[in-house]
Amino acid sequence: MVIAVASGKGGTGKTTIATSLALAVSPASTTFLDCDVEAPNAHFFLEPTFSKHEEVGLLIPQVDEERCTACGRCAEVCQYHAIVVLAGKVLVFPELCHGCGSCTLNCPEDAIKEVPDVLGMLEGGRTASGINFARGVLNVGEPMAVPVIRQLKAWQPVQDGEIVIRDVPPGTSCPVVESIRGADFVVLVTEPTPFGLHDLRLAAQLVRDLELPAGVIVNRDGIGDKQVDDYCREAGLPIMMRIPLDRRIAEALAQGDILVEVFPEYLPSFQDLYAQIRILVEAGTGSKLQTQSPGIEIVSLQGIRGTE
Amino acid sequence: MKLVISADGPQLEAQLDARYGRCAYFIFVDTETHAWEASPNPAINARGGAGTQAAQFIANQGAQAVISGHFGPNAFEALDAAGIKMYAAAGGRVESVVEEFSSGQLKKVTVPGKSRHHGGRGRR
Repeated sequence: MVIAVASGKGGTGKTTIATSLALAVSPASTTFLDCDVEAPNAHFFLEPTFSKHEEVGLLIPQVDEERCTACGRCAEVCQYHAIVVLAGKVLVFPELCHGCGSCTLNCPEDAIKEVPDVLGMLEGGRTASGINFARGVLNVGEPMAVPVIRQLKAWQPVQDGEIVIRDVPPGTSCPVVESIRGADFVVLVTEPTPFGLHDLRLAAQLVRDLELPAGVIVNRDGIGDKQVDDYCREAGLPIMMRIPLDRRIAEALAQGDILVEVFPEYLPSFQDLYAQIRILVEAGTGSKLQTQSPGIEIVSLQGIRGTE
Repeated sequence: MKLVISADGPQLEAQLDARYGRCAYFIFVDTETHAWEASPNPAINARGGAGTQAAQFIANQGAQAVISGHFGPNAFEALDAAGIKMYAAAGGRVESVVEEFSSGQLKKVTVPGKSRHHGGRGRR
């Protein structure tokens, strides 16, 4: 069972929900993936001991100048304009390269080989409660998060009978799509404000396009207005849980505490949330899209650079 | 010398387009004969790498110097490697920019500008 905890708007409580859900059901058979590789923060709450580290990257072209005839075929086929042929010389721009391999494949002189280029790091370990925890960390200054997320998912294949909880980055961009892709259910966390509603609509549209079943959690309930409720009713999105605005909760989270640990009275709500998700998934509301990511080969750099 | 100017339209009366990689048109001018022609910029809608694609394009057209408002780091590196000299102009019509160039009023660009785009992977 793969559950993605997402939201359109940032700061609605994705990590709050994801960490409590991970602890509430059966931590010892739960894998937690922090897919927010640009700003991972779930480790502050779950406090895993990282024991595995692996670099992740793309294969980028390296040109053998001896063999290259500067024919320009590589530049013609590059969709990202990451390789150009100017004044009889080939120039590679690694920061533009998506690692698709077209240049290598099309080189008539066999003058291009692919070399690994590091984008970030994967880290894994266990928490005291037995959760198998893993996260991706994108290198600073590197905006292409998708390959790191894709590799994080591949690094921790879903085991039979386990619960996988993915803490998804905010927004509705490519990293979000990659984080949600292949999930059985998407939990959309929102707040009952015009901002929350605006971004919830976008996130709900994305989930519909991916044909995944979804439900909504209203966090900071009691602020704002009733528009989120109205929208959910019209859109057929079940509101699965409400967490009131409560200063004590905010204080606990600010100290890195987990909601259900500080306020165990929420445990039944999270257990019920999981039960609701199971029912909705088993009822087969929404058919699943492809679970396999298309396209680009991503290389694990373990063994190449010995990063363990 | 074959000179190319980034412009917002396909005529000599068009305004200089300060964005080199994503300008609407490139206007090629022969500084000896004053013959000119306009080409739409093939990189205008590039998802990333507009600067490198535009450099490849004008190099293939045989340009020896280029005038624009701003050259990003990738564009600078590619144009520099191609041996195409870069000049910065503040603005104005293409024909007056060409006059400024001919009378030596334009400054040669010798360092790359800041990256202004969000495309690609931007690692540098």
